[in-house]
Amino acid sequence: MNVEGWGRFPRRDCRVTGPRSEDELRAQVSGGPLIARGNGRAYGDSAQNPANTVDMRRLNRMLAFDPEAGQLTAEAGVLLGDVIDAFLPRGWFPWVTPGTKYVTLGGAIAADVHGKNHRRNGSFRSFVDWIDVMGADGQVRRCSRAENPELFDFTLGGMGLTGVILRTAIRLRPVESAWIRQTAIAAPDLATAMEALEAGSDAAYAVAWIDCLCTGKSMGRSLITLGEHATRAELPDAKRADPLRTPPKRKLTMPLDAPSFTINGLSVRAFNALYYRKGAWASGVDYVDWDTYFYPLDAILHWNRMYGRKGFAQFQCALPLASAREGLEAMLRAISGARQGSFLTVLKRLGPQESAFSFPMEGYTLAIDFPVNPKSLRLLTELDAITIAHGGRFYLAKDSRMTAETLRRSDPRVDRFLAMRADAGRSGAFISGQSERLSL
Amino acid sequence: MTKPPVLILGGRSDMGLAIARRFAAAGHPIQLAARGAQGLEADRADIALRHGVAATLHEYDALKDAPDAWIDALPNLPGVVVCAIGYMGDQPTSEVDQVQAAIVLRSNFEAPALILAAFANRFVARGSGALVGISSVAGDRGRGSNYVYGSAKAGFTAFLSGLRNRLSGTPVQVLTVKPGFVATRMTEGMKLSPALTAQPAAVAAAIEKAVRRKRDVIYVKPVWALVMLIITHLPEAVFKRTRL
Ligand SMILES: Cc1cc2nc3c(=O)[nH]c(=O)nc-3n(C[C@H](O)[C@H](O)[C@H](O)COP(=O)(O)OP(=O)(O)OC[C@H]3O[C@@H](n4cnc5c(N)ncnc54)[C@H](O)[C@@H]3O)c2cc1C
Ligand SMILES: NC(=O)c1ccc[n+]([C@@H]2O[C@H](COP(=O)([O-])OP(=O)(O)OC[C@H]3O[C@@H](n4cnc5c(N)ncnc54)[C@H](OP(=O)(O)O)[C@@H]3O)[C@@H](O)[C@H]2O)c1
Repeated sequence: MNVEGWGRFPRRDCRVTGPRSEDELRAQVSGGPLIARGNGRAYGDSAQNPANTVDMRRLNRMLAFDPEAGQLTAEAGVLLGDVIDAFLPRGWFPWVTPGTKYVTLGGAIAADVHGKNHRRNGSFRSFVDWIDVMGADGQVRRCSRAENPELFDFTLGGMGLTGVILRTAIRLRPVESAWIRQTAIAAPDLATAMEALEAGSDAAYAVAWIDCLCTGKSMGRSLITLGEHATRAELPDAKRADPLRTPPKRKLTMPLDAPSFTINGLSVRAFNALYYRKGAWASGVDYVDWDTYFYPLDAILHWNRMYGRKGFAQFQCALPLASAREGLEAMLRAISGARQGSFLTVLKRLGPQESAFSFPMEGYTLAIDFPVNPKSLRLLTELDAITIAHGGRFYLAKDSRMTAETLRRSDPRVDRFLAMRADAGRSGAFISGQSERLSL
Repeated sequence: MTKPPVLILGGRSDMGLAIARRFAAAGHPIQLAARGAQGLEADRADIALRHGVAATLHEYDALKDAPDAWIDALPNLPGVVVCAIGYMGDQPTSEVDQVQAAIVLRSNFEAPALILAAFANRFVARGSGALVGISSVAGDRGRGSNYVYGSAKAGFTAFLSGLRNRLSGTPVQVLTVKPGFVATRMTEGMKLSPALTAQPAAVAAAIEKAVRRKRDVIYVKPVWALVMLIITHLPEAVFKRTRL
């Protein structure tokens, strides 16, 4: 069966299995090398193994909820969106969420995902109380900060390469409503955008969307949105009556394989200009439903088809605070110079992060997507070099094409990760296209 | 208004579980009956937690438990019973091994028919209830590749039809479901045409709707009604030479 990540590149023919129980999973683990796969929202080859790609989505049961601690125990194949469906009506929301709700808990843990609140709350890891991980020997070990702490540390951010996550206990945050109070700020250039993000430090959520085709004085022109969970009391009357419910939304589906020419400099430019103007016009405060605020792209199912059959590549780096400004400027110059606009260029401020192999570091993270073609691949290599020159690193959940050498030059933690992999037969049991490409 | 409990016989089956989730989402308490029912604890917990309904497990072996006694031991009489029990077996084995062939015949016909009949009597006495039998298009015409299973399903389909006929005029509904191909454990590894194959959740949605609308017989994918119309109308002289 053809298996691809969200970027649709690379695509590989893989044997896919779908265990329904711990025992069935153990049988797969004893049958040879494999990689766990969640909902396939990583962009590249992190969840591909031709010999055995283990689809975890049948292990998708919610097991217990403790309302005192806000702690949910669930199997790794549960989707974050299902958690929201079940618990938002009862006044709970995930503490950390990526920009799509269609990820599994296992995938969120393996990539140690971050949201628009990393600065305040850290990554997904901050709210994981424990995980059950199946090792190469088929044994399941409970891992937490106190029990098997090393396996806990390396599995968060370990991209499935330390074992298969079976179950987890995560904490949810209490919310009074399903609405977000959003403040939009238009920033005419990068410096203003970064100042606004720095100033937004008390906001629960903050993100900047950059029009990456702007050059010269308006390079880095952005729309910044700050968000807070709205309290019941502050909501307008119509929303206050039933604050945890929002009107159902219509879903659009991207038709199969848009022709590649729909993405070109011109359409991106038009889209970006429109988005900015719409934002600048709409600057101010507004109440937005949770789905629109956190998951605007989820409203278009299969939006990744927009880039056509050849697929697209994401680039996401994190830059340390001290060199972020300079690094971002160099990147925006390279991007606009190459005239490779992206629909989505997102800038976020990251807070401090404790972890063994997770992506975030205190500073800034920039995420961009490009159609896969020789020109954009050259640009991506250039962006790799700028990242390394500024002491940054790359997000494995978005990566589909960097080299093993690039990874090593960006991340001194690789050696310890490899030592961890060499232990307990992990490197022979858990293998992905990405781990082979990156010699992990 | 509290909704009546829904009992799933064959609660471990992919289709049965999908049906349970669907009815739970609509607010019905759920009873899951299966062999080794305690192994379904995670599913029970999930249904209860996600949908905020009561969910219970009940040990049940369709080939061993006597229907009346088993039903009497249930804590409460359900409002809807869905029989998702089935056993396909390996056709070539069934051709030579009478013990297996008997299990296939009994699992798909005798056992489902007897338990639904026992529920039917109680539902008539109570004056309400819905009986849902998952039969199969395989029962619409016997084919060389699976006629042991197919003939048992044919018997089950005829039984449900007769039961419905007998109960018409009572408030009790009898629904026959012919799902076509469904992507479940039973069909795992088979090469099935995607256009003819339904997901368990789609079957579940169709059943929940058909119970609400008091339907008699449903195919899940409409194309199957057409396919089977053609297959059942082929002259025997032609049909017997096909390899379907
Ligand atoms: C539109 C969009 C927006 C996004 N926004 C963000 C964002 O804001 N922040 C962010 O951090 N990420 C973001 N992402 C990336 C996404 O959150 C991660 O790639 C996440 O890992 C995807 O989860 P998944 O369940 O789809 O996993 P997959 O893509 O299937 O797998 C991802 C990795 O997790 C591993 N894995 C999955 N399940 C298990 C398991 N049970 N045990 C062990 N390993 C497992 C796989 O081996 C693989 O290495 C976004 C992605 C998309 C498509
Ligand atoms: N999949 C298809 O394409 C398809 C098409 C048409 C009709 N159907 C019918 O749909 C129904 C559900 O099947 P499925 O596809 O979901 O396959 P399945 O997972 O194999 O389900 C069959 C279930 O029947 C149970 N069962 C068999 N004998 C039993 C007995 N003596 N006592 C108690 N339980 C027994 C099995 O329980 P155990 O787990 O204990 O074995 C199993 O859970 C069946 O009636 C099947 O014939 C399926």
